Amino acid sequence: MNTSTSTFVRTEMLPEQAPPLTEAGAVKWVRENLFSSILNGILTVLGIVVVAYLVIGIAPWLSRSVWNAGSLSECRQIIADRWGEGVTGACWAVIRERWPQYLFGFYPSHLYWRPVLAFVLLCVAVAPVLFDRLPRKMLWFSLIYPAVGFWLLWGGSVWVPVMAVAGFAIGYAAVKVVQPVAGTILATIAAVLAPVLWWLFLAGPAADALQSILPIALQGVRSREFGGFILAFTIGFTGIAFSLPLGVMLALGRQSDMFIVNKLSVGFIEFIRGVPLITLLFTASLLLNYFLPPGTDFDIILRVIIMVVLFAAAYIAEVVRGGLAALPRGQYEAADALGLDYWKAQRLIIMPQALKISIPGIVSTFIGLFKDTTLVVFVGLLDPLKGITDAVRASTDWKGIYWEPYIFVGAIFFLFCFGMSRYSMYLESKLKTDHR
Amino acid sequence: MSEATALDLTARQIDPSQMKVSDEVAIQITQMNKWYGTFHVLRDINMTVNRGERIVICGPSGSGKSTLIRCINRLEEHQQGQIIVDGTELTSDLKNIDKVRSEVGMVFQHFNLFPHLTILENLTLAPIWVRKTPKKEAEEVAMHYLRKVKIPEQANKYPGQLSGGQQQRVAIARSLCMKPRIMLFDEPTSALDPEMIKEVLDTMIELAEEGMTMLCVTHEMGFAQAVANRVIFMDQGQIVEQNNPKEFFNNPQSDRTKLFLSQILGH
Repeated sequence: MNTSTSTFVRTEMLPEQAPPLTEAGAVKWVRENLFSSILNGILTVLGIVVVAYLVIGIAPWLSRSVWNAGSLSECRQIIADRWGEGVTGACWAVIRERWPQYLFGFYPSHLYWRPVLAFVLLCVAVAPVLFDRLPRKMLWFSLIYPAVGFWLLWGGSVWVPVMAVAGFAIGYAAVKVVQPVAGTILATIAAVLAPVLWWLFLAGPAADALQSILPIALQGVRSREFGGFILAFTIGFTGIAFSLPLGVMLALGRQSDMFIVNKLSVGFIEFIRGVPLITLLFTASLLLNYFLPPGTDFDIILRVIIMVVLFAAAYIAEVVRGGLAALPRGQYEAADALGLDYWKAQRLIIMPQALKISIPGIVSTFIGLFKDTTLVVFVGLLDPLKGITDAVRASTDWKGIYWEPYIFVGAIFFLFCFGMSRYSMYLESKLKTDHR
Repeated sequence: MSEATALDLTARQIDPSQMKVSDEVAIQITQMNKWYGTFHVLRDINMTVNRGERIVICGPSGSGKSTLIRCINRLEEHQQGQIIVDGTELTSDLKNIDKVRSEVGMVFQHFNLFPHLTILENLTLAPIWVRKTPKKEAEEVAMHYLRKVKIPEQANKYPGQLSGGQQQRVAIARSLCMKPRIMLFDEPTSALDPEMIKEVLDTMIELAEEGMTMLCVTHEMGFAQAVANRVIFMDQGQIVEQNNPKEFFNNPQSDRTKLFLSQILGH
C-alpha cells in the first residue's frame, strides 16, 4: 500500500525487533572500526604488523630484566648465566643502585627526609587546588606552601621565607591603606611597588635581625647540590604555580585600553615567544652576572625558575587571550550592567569562563614547561635525563649502559605528563555547564 | 496584523493611563550627542523620564535606539551633552558609573546569563559582590524573584538547560535582585521564538503594573499599547516623534512614523 498518496491511519504499533547480526556486538564493532573499507583494512593489517614487530623486538629484552647487580659487567654475567651467552637483557639494577642519585642528585644523604617531606606536603598543598571537594580551608596551607617548601629544600634561617611571605602581607596592607585615599590605580601601583621595595632592601636585614634574636635554622643546602627529580620538580612546579597568574595578568594587560600597559604586555610576550628557552637560560646563568653588582650571590636555581616562569607565562598569556577572545561581548556587558567593577567582573565572570576554554592549551604549556626543565643541563645543573645519567654512565661500574636510564627517566616524565593531561580532561568535563 | 499585536495582551485589562506616574524625574537627558568614530549615531537627544513611566522606544534598525538606552547605564559613552540618572550625572568618574549601574537594571536581547553559574548563582552574584548582601539573604531574595517570574524550580540548573523564554525571565529576575529603580530592556523578545515571547512580555507587564520605571526598546507594538504611557519613535539617531500610544498608533504625525508603522503593522 502506498501511504504517501492515500489517507492512512495506523491502527496498531509495530513491535520492536532485534537487530540483524551485523548490527550488533563484536562483529559490528570490527567491521565498523577495523575493516570499514579496503584502505581501512590494509591500514589495520599494517598497524598490527608494526605493533607485532615492535613487541617481538622489545619483549625478549624486557623479559630478561635484572634488578639486582652492582655493576654493568656483573649484570651482563647474570644475564649470561640465566639465559645463556650472547642474549641481551635489561639491566634495571642501575636504577635500583642509583635511585637516590636520580631522585636527589648530590643532595646531602642525611637530609633526604627534607625533600621527601617537602614532596608529601606539596601533595597536600596541591590537592585542594585540584579537587574542590576537599575542604576550602586547606587552601590556606597551599598559599604558604611555597615558603615551607623553600625552607625545607634549601634550609637556612626560617626568617628568610617568613620575610618573603611578609612582602605579600605588605602589598595587601598597601592596597588597604592607599585605596580609600587615592583610588584603585594608585593602589594597584602601591600593591606592586611596596613588596618589591621590601624584598629588595628591607627583607634581608629584617631576616638577619630576627635570626640574631630568635635563631631557628635548618642546615643550608646549596643549589649546586640539587639534581635529579627534585630539581625537575622544584623548577617544574614553581614554574607552573607562578606562570599561570603572571600569564593571566599579561593576557589582561594585552587586552587593556591603557596604552602603556598594553604595549608593555605585547612587547614582553612577543619578545619572550621569539627567543628560544635556552637563550633565556644562558642569559640567566651567564649574562646576568655581568649586570649584577660583583659579589652578588643570586641563586642559580632561582634565576632559572624566573626565566622558566617568564617563558611559560608568555605562552599562557596567548592561550588565555584566545579564551578571552572566545567570550561573547555580552558577558562583559552583563557584568558591567550589574555594577561589578573591572576586577570583580574578571574574577567572577570573565576568567572562570576564559580559563575553562583555555584548559587544554594551558595544560599543554605546563606539560611543555615540565619537560623543558631538562634543559637546565645546559647551564650546569644536573637534570635527571642528561645530567644524572651522564654522571651514572661516567662511573666505572655502569660505563656503557645506554637504554635503561633513559627509558626510566622518560617513563617518570611520561607518568607525570600523562597525569596532567588526564586531569585536564577531567576538569574539562567537570566544568562543562553549557549543555551544548 | 503582525504577530506582535496579535498577542493577546490587552486581555489583561489594564489601562496604561490609569497607572500612576510621579512628577519626580528619574532620567534627564539634555542635548546628548554620540559618535562612533566619525559616524554621528545620536543627535541632540533631549528626553525626560519621570519615575513610574513606561516608555517604549521603536524605530528602524540602525536608528540608534539601542545605543540610546545603552548610554543610560554607560555601556556606551556619550561625547556631548548631559545624562543624569537618579540625580547622578554620568561622566568618566567610575564611582558615578558604578552607582548608576547598580541602580539601573538592564535586560539584553541575548539574555547574557553567565553560563558557568547556576540560575541561583546568577541571581545572587551581584547582590553579594556589589551590595555586600549576606549570601543567605541574597538567596532568599533570588528565590522570591524566581517565583515571581514563575520558574523557582529551575534554581539549581544552568542557563544552558533552560529555554530562551525561561532564560530571559531569569535575566529579568537577575536585574530585579539588585532592587533597581529603573529597568532598561534592549529588544528583550527579539531573540525568542513566538511562543516564548508572551511569557516574557507577561513578566514585563507585571513589572509595569508595580510601578517600575521602564525604558523598553522593542518592536512588540501590542506591548506598547498595553503598558506604555509614551512611545518614542527614532530614526537616524534622532527622536522623530513621541506621543501616548493611542495617538501614536492611531494618529501619527510625521511621514517617517507613518511609513514605519505601515511597514510593521500592515501586512
